[in-house]
Amino acid sequence: MTTVRVGFIPLVDAAPLIVAHEMGFAGEEGISLELVKAPSWSTIRDMLAFGGIDAAHMLAPVPVAISLGIGANAADLSALMVLSVNGNVIGVSAELEHRLADLGHEFGFDNAIVAGQDFAKAAATKPLKIGVPFPISMHAELLYYWLSASGLPAPQGVDVRTVPPPLMADAIADGEIDAFCVGEPWGSKTVERGIGALLLPGSAIWSFAPEKVLAARTQWAEQEPDLTGRLMRAVWKASRWLGTEGTHTTTAELLSRSDYLNLPSEIIDRALMGRIVVRPTGETRFSPSFVQFSDGAATFPWRSQAAWIGNQLAARLGMDRGAAMASAKSVFRSDLYRTHLKDTGAIMPGASEKLEGGIEGGFAGASESGRLLLSENRFFDGAVFDPATKK
Amino acid sequence: MFVIYTSPLLRVGLRALWILPLGHMTYAASMTKSLSIIVVEEDRDRALMIVDSLREAGDNDIVVISEVSGLARRIAERQPDLVLVDIASPNRDVIEELSLATSPLDRPVAMFVDQSDESLTKAAIEAGVSAYVVDSLVPERINPIISAAIARFNMFRRMRDELAETKRALEERKLIDRAKGLLMKAKGMGEDDAYALMRKTAMDQGKKITDVAQALVTAAELLK
Repeated sequence: MTTVRVGFIPLVDAAPLIVAHEMGFAGEEGISLELVKAPSWSTIRDMLAFGGIDAAHMLAPVPVAISLGIGANAADLSALMVLSVNGNVIGVSAELEHRLADLGHEFGFDNAIVAGQDFAKAAATKPLKIGVPFPISMHAELLYYWLSASGLPAPQGVDVRTVPPPLMADAIADGEIDAFCVGEPWGSKTVERGIGALLLPGSAIWSFAPEKVLAARTQWAEQEPDLTGRLMRAVWKASRWLGTEGTHTTTAELLSRSDYLNLPSEIIDRALMGRIVVRPTGETRFSPSFVQFSDGAATFPWRSQAAWIGNQLAARLGMDRGAAMASAKSVFRSDLYRTHLKDTGAIMPGASEKLEGGIEGGFAGASESGRLLLSENRFFDGAVFDPATKK
Repeated sequence: MFVIYTSPLLRVGLRALWILPLGHMTYAASMTKSLSIIVVEEDRDRALMIVDSLREAGDNDIVVISEVSGLARRIAERQPDLVLVDIASPNRDVIEELSLATSPLDRPVAMFVDQSDESLTKAAIEAGVSAYVVDSLVPERINPIISAAIARFNMFRRMRDELAETKRALEERKLIDRAKGLLMKAKGMGEDDAYALMRKTAMDQGKKITDVAQALVTAAELLK
């Protein structure tokens, strides 16, 4: 049996890879996965680029940024499929929590307009320091999008710092940052320690944001089509399993093991269930699409998702947006997805790009096979991104 | 001095592998002066060993930063030519931030080993060292330092592996001794016979002797 080495960062959204290995989906495809826990996003990217691992759990914007020549660029990466949609939280320190409460904020955890207005008001009295896990990430993109649309131009108007996810709670405790955007369970860890509160799920900013992708070296994916296909099918089956009722308890137990997240399963279960404890006083909010692995063809790498990321990066960097979107689209490999998942029963959309935003839940999309029921896809400010008209 | 946190993602060199904005040092100066090197390492003993090996690689100005809080600011203030950090440190991502945050006022950004020297980069990654280097430094100046760091990190790894191996051997030894004792007591046999029996059982079952010993010890505990 061929072994495929796959890197991951200890986060709830590494679940499809861990489940593919632990629940036997990789074995069904005739491969064995060697899961390699990586200490940081730059290291997992470099391990992938230099062949230390074959594939990786990766921030969706990283392969796009590489294709635009931003940051480290050792090898071209392809996003083979989307591993997870949503899954981040925006949280604040206890001090900022109290300031927001004084402004009348109710921590409803569902309204990014209200949260944005209150956050901007709090920032007016004192400039805020905000932590993100990596400068090239959906965390940074969602944060900038939300703040800028809330009247607080970002990144210019705030002090954004990179803080590794497991250290986010420490950074809050030490007063190094006032707020953060991070993947679960590291936001809940802050609430658990009683040093802060959670303000919003990432899904309240964009309700269908591609968060992590399964990335591989483009060259590897092309030279090893058989292995690539087996890996993609194993991960896709794991994603489908994660999307079925009643699997979250098993998943939380698996993820909690010391080889993986090394945290109590109870804290991991919150994200999987969408039941988030938002304040140390125990107030809990239900966030139904907190993290999605399967629903609404979540695994399909829409070229329009890549275009959105490319457009945001290009706008901030002063690059040509049309060219950036074209390169971005080429790294979200809907072509490989169609080839390798052809006979699995995976839903194949009729097109590889769509409007991002402006879609209410339960919208039936055109598909080649299977019944495509798109999940809600809205930006909090009502914007609609049409990759065909943006130039 | 530029503001480092508020302007990420500006003008980044297309060729850059790892990049870092490092102030206004001129190209000419970088060719002649000793290099300013920052080693990011929390473990004091390790840091001292790295510094020692870098000294051997040339007359350079070496500073160790062991305090993680405010790391990006501390590095930026010193405007180093080269930053070395353990690849296993989660703080690498903090340094990565510097590689993206640059302003138009600054000199063109910097890079690690050029892609033309992929073998050195690969060796560095395998050894567990990552380096961030200013752009204008010629490879002849960087390579000896990175090679020294690679050698030192490889030594760390060997030491760690040897320690783990010694520990494991010791644990196995203890386990086999316990199992031997159990057999000697239960069957009234001598030490050599007890060991021979375990070895034979292991061979017959195609198992390792430690597995047989473990099974014996576990069974004995259950039967207590």
